[in-house]
Amino acid sequence: MSQNRPKTLLKTPLKVVNVGLDGFSDDLARQKVPVVRVQWSPPAGGKPDLARLLSKLGA
Amino acid sequence: MSDIPARIEAANAETLRRMLAADPVLVDVVPAHVALPRLADRMILHSGPPIAWERMCGPMRGAIAGVAVFEGWAKTLDEAEAMAAAGAFRFEPNHHHDCVGPMTGMTTVSQPLLVVENRAFGVRAFCAINEGLGKVMRFGGNDAEVLDRLRWIRDVLGPGLGAALRDLGGVPLKPLIARGLSMGDEMHQRNIACSSLLLRLLAPALARKVSDRAALAAILDFIGRNDQFFLNVAMAMGKSISMPAEGVEGSSIVTVMCRNGTDFGVRLSGVGEEWFVAPVEMPQGLYFPGYSAADANPDMGDSAIVEVVGLGGFAMGAAPAVVGFIGAGPASRAADFTRSMGEITIGQNPEWTIPSMDYAGVPTGIDVRLVVDTGVQPMINTGIAHRKPGVGQVGAGVVKAPLACFEKALVGFAKRMGVS
Repeated sequence: MSQNRPKTLLKTPLKVVNVGLDGFSDDLARQKVPVVRVQWSPPAGGKPDLARLLSKLGA
Repeated sequence: MSDIPARIEAANAETLRRMLAADPVLVDVVPAHVALPRLADRMILHSGPPIAWERMCGPMRGAIAGVAVFEGWAKTLDEAEAMAAAGAFRFEPNHHHDCVGPMTGMTTVSQPLLVVENRAFGVRAFCAINEGLGKVMRFGGNDAEVLDRLRWIRDVLGPGLGAALRDLGGVPLKPLIARGLSMGDEMHQRNIACSSLLLRLLAPALARKVSDRAALAAILDFIGRNDQFFLNVAMAMGKSISMPAEGVEGSSIVTVMCRNGTDFGVRLSGVGEEWFVAPVEMPQGLYFPGYSAADANPDMGDSAIVEVVGLGGFAMGAAPAVVGFIGAGPASRAADFTRSMGEITIGQNPEWTIPSMDYAGVPTGIDVRLVVDTGVQPMINTGIAHRKPGVGQVGAGVVKAPLACFEKALVGFAKRMGVS
């Protein structure tokens, strides 16, 4: 990445893609920053017991 | 332990192979007491997983009261309800008898059943004949009009259809479904094309076999006015396709999804006959004039067997017109539903394709691991019944299969595989 990049980043309109919890993008959306949300959820809905089974069953 | 994923992949490939190799043919219509050898007098088969009278919803109770009067086991609906509460009838799921039924799914000894034979595997599956729309028994209707229609189906339509099908030597269903998909059907809430195509095939044989001109006219009129006539054929077909896919050791593929208005039930190929059950969800949809969500009963019926074999909500991409009818958003989103179901299935059916999606095959073979991993719930297109007995259908919509069923099924599957 160019050393000049961070300087220009905040001077031009932001283009944001949110990968992860919707909460990350909510704050930006409240400030009227356009955000594209990638549909994402943690494996097995974040339930560790099910995620452990899935890892052994090959999902 | 390390070869478990490979064993599951191989088992799932075999399950999918059996589904795709099916050759379902609509061969006959016969009385239920002939078709189902374990169906006894005063036994009532219902939709969904097992349930006792005390936990049954309003329309299910209404249908049971009606069918008891229809069979002559009770003189009035009140007497029938009292008998049911006193344990006079035995209740079992249709699925325990190679049978399926829409909505309340009533199957009793004297009803004529559609017979679909999967000729590739030598199995037969059954479903009652579709009664039409509105106030009908499958939606909990039970008044004199409903019972008179059932008597006509038993005495006139059933025997006539059976004779016509035997005359034709059966109607192969795989090519019929393929044409229906290309004409905008998804075979759950839209069956206009397949109902019409089937009637086109049946009409000459009906004319040859039904000698009473008034009866013939009534049969042609009844089928011709019922856009959902084919639904029950598609359901029996779905069951005949899923039956050979049951019992593949190590397979995590779903072979049954169904609901009884109280519970949603799932079965897996590799976990025998065990039911995995969770509370059923409310459909989201559109209501007929004069009704609203406040009138709706939670989802019910064995009809989700069509989603198990890649149709219904899974084939929504073929049926943009149905998206608006069931209140699922703009028609342009139809393909999104099918793509989404592709995330939880292990293959596509190359013989059932969707022209507007560049002839992609319908997503087939729901893998419980993928459902739990992604959280993507199977989408089911459905009718909506009034929550009170005796009223009937009040709308149509979509419902998501509850994730809890699949989480329980995953745990049961893991146990079966020796994984903890």
